[in-house]
Amino acid sequence: MTNEKEFNWDYAPAPEAKDHAKIKKQYDLFINGKWVKPTGKKYFDTINPATEEKLSEVALANEKDVDLAVSAAKNTYDKVWKKMPAKERAKYIFRIARMMQERSRELAVIESLDGGKPIRESKDFDIPTAANHFFYYAGWADKLDYAFPNRKPNSLGVAAQIIPWNFPLLMAAWKIAPALATGNTVVLKPAESTPLTALKLAEIVQDCDLPPGVVNIITGFGNTGAAMVNHPNVNKIAFTGSTDVGKIIQKAIAGTTKKITLELGGKAANIVFNDAPINQAVEGIVNGIFFNQGHVCCAGSRLFVQEGVANEVIQKLKARMETLIVGDPLDKNTDIGAINSKEQLQKINEYLKIGVEEGLELHQNSCSIPTKGFFCKPTLFIGASQSNRVVQEEIFGPVLTIQTFRTIEEVIEKANNIPYGLSAGVWTDKGSKIFNLTSKLRAGVIWANTYNKFDPASPFGGYKESGFGREGGLHGLLPYLKFQDH
Amino acid sequence: MNYNFRNSPVIDQVGIEERVARFNTRSIKKQSKLQGLHLALNMIDLTTLEGKDTEGKVKQMCTKAMHLSNDIKDLPSVAAVCVYPNYVKIAKQTLKGSKVKVASVATAFPSGNSTLEIKITDTKFAVENGADEIDMVISRGEFLKGNYNFVFDEIAAIKQACGKARLKVILETGELSTLDNVRRASDLAISAGADFIKTSTGKIQPAATMPVTLVMLEAIKDHYLKTNIMIGMKPAGGISTAKSALQYLVMLYETLGPKWMSNEWFRFGASSLANDILLQLGKEQKGVYYSKDYISID
Repeated sequence: MTNEKEFNWDYAPAPEAKDHAKIKKQYDLFINGKWVKPTGKKYFDTINPATEEKLSEVALANEKDVDLAVSAAKNTYDKVWKKMPAKERAKYIFRIARMMQERSRELAVIESLDGGKPIRESKDFDIPTAANHFFYYAGWADKLDYAFPNRKPNSLGVAAQIIPWNFPLLMAAWKIAPALATGNTVVLKPAESTPLTALKLAEIVQDCDLPPGVVNIITGFGNTGAAMVNHPNVNKIAFTGSTDVGKIIQKAIAGTTKKITLELGGKAANIVFNDAPINQAVEGIVNGIFFNQGHVCCAGSRLFVQEGVANEVIQKLKARMETLIVGDPLDKNTDIGAINSKEQLQKINEYLKIGVEEGLELHQNSCSIPTKGFFCKPTLFIGASQSNRVVQEEIFGPVLTIQTFRTIEEVIEKANNIPYGLSAGVWTDKGSKIFNLTSKLRAGVIWANTYNKFDPASPFGGYKESGFGREGGLHGLLPYLKFQDH
Repeated sequence: MNYNFRNSPVIDQVGIEERVARFNTRSIKKQSKLQGLHLALNMIDLTTLEGKDTEGKVKQMCTKAMHLSNDIKDLPSVAAVCVYPNYVKIAKQTLKGSKVKVASVATAFPSGNSTLEIKITDTKFAVENGADEIDMVISRGEFLKGNYNFVFDEIAAIKQACGKARLKVILETGELSTLDNVRRASDLAISAGADFIKTSTGKIQPAATMPVTLVMLEAIKDHYLKTNIMIGMKPAGGISTAKSALQYLVMLYETLGPKWMSNEWFRFGASSLANDILLQLGKEQKGVYYSKDYISID
């Protein structure tokens, strides 16, 4: 038998249908249970990053609109929500969860259209996990006394919540679900580049007959967020986004009684030891850095490989990267979609230049990328050092730096030698080594022999410049509560 | 080379299962589906391994192997038929002039519990009767005892008895219990001279599964990276639908690459898979599904 010509199997396009997804031409602000025009009468475009085509335009909320939203939230808090029995509150949250499941297909398609992430991820990860968050926190609503025995938990009032563009609907769920479960009302602002699923969530809130003003969703840029943060009737601020903005927010609320949680940047170490299950580690490295185009605050962006297996890991990683399909986010076979915005692509490209100038070996997929839209090939920087800028700074794109190490002490020191501390990964067959590392790595979440695993029941949050406060799990209730013993 | 099978790479079961789940999200449509189904059909070892096998049954299956359908056009034949040693002769006669090969199980199939002499005789008998391929079983008892040298020597001896026939080594993964064992047995079989490694006899449940097959494909990949030598893979038992065959092919394609995408390097051991693929191909050509009565069962 002879080997005939090579069999090349290019998977035929398998696009997800999008005609069922209803996107209005224009979205107003969702305040007090109604769609209201922005007082400034201004709107801004939201585009599809994979085609650069306009999807819709959304209202730009100014200070006056923010005041309307916060006032509505406060009014409802005082008159309705605070007084409602917890088990009634829970019913509304359950209703949101179920409605999200019912509309999951539409939500997934819109999430991919507006944000550029592959439909496989929005369908299998973002939307179901978001719905699970509502389910999970709905369950806590009438059990708070048992969650914190003998401490009499009370709600805070109005929560101003500002969320990022990397997991738009999921982050909205992370913020809204625990706030409602603990009896607070919210004003939420999605990121300017990905407002659509949050606005769809507003429609769901409306359909669920939530008392008007419990959930208010307003859109805008940084100024809108600043007005929310500075509003005197806001009692709690929850922000997920860049460390720079996080610092500004913290300064702005100095001297007030506003409670705050910040979930900021990261630059996680993903550590592979000689005794690791190498093939599965390679898979974990790929999931760690290329999930959602690397737009993940807990992305495993710094790979540490023990020198005994470094060559093998790099060789296999390169081969695995070749099987990644980069392109149309709505194709069911796409592994890596579009970069979220032009600005983000520019920032990533800037870092690619810096890495090359720093003398690192750059390796990219041999695939071609679409000429229209914002795309970036999966990238490795081989032979990186602790002092390289691409190792020290958060890139927030599909770019992995690879460093080698010799001993366990060395890798712990290097992994911790960074201003961030959100997450880390450890790959080894030896359980004792895992427990040794997890107790010494300064990171809020550490995964062993896996990466990027999320569950509503598990708290998430960072050390150092990655922020403070925890979201998810029982711990995620705390930032939205005050106790009488305080 | 120094073989120490205690040092085979470790396997993380959760990671393997997640990778498999990811393969199964691939959506294979249109042209790529047709291409995949044709290839899968061409990779089948049409199998009958029953106590009640007769010359008549074997003959009918061989006819089917050469002539899959009356009216679906441009069909390949299957790769081989797989029978017990005493039916090799009749299979060979029936298949004369076709491209379909004859594979024979040997070495006291399916348990492998016999002496080396008998296993060698069994193998030689099949080869002398014209078998192109030998599917042997390993001694799982000895393997689980940690008696790796015994298993290694046995495979090497059978390889020698095979002469020009290609040797497929059945690990019977359903009896090996852990993926670490599957990996170790794969490494062992490959270094002892296997041309193919094969999951199962079909007599033990579970037979072929995607996680087990992925572990074996990775062993083949690692061996190729070290030596540049290609080894074939044969999942057998339990793969009965066209959809599942396509999922295996996606796994093969994305793990070992285009070089392995031929029946020289990959086989499906199956008895009912061919007809399900024919149903799907018939639908692609006619736009509607056939009744099963339009496709001969063997």
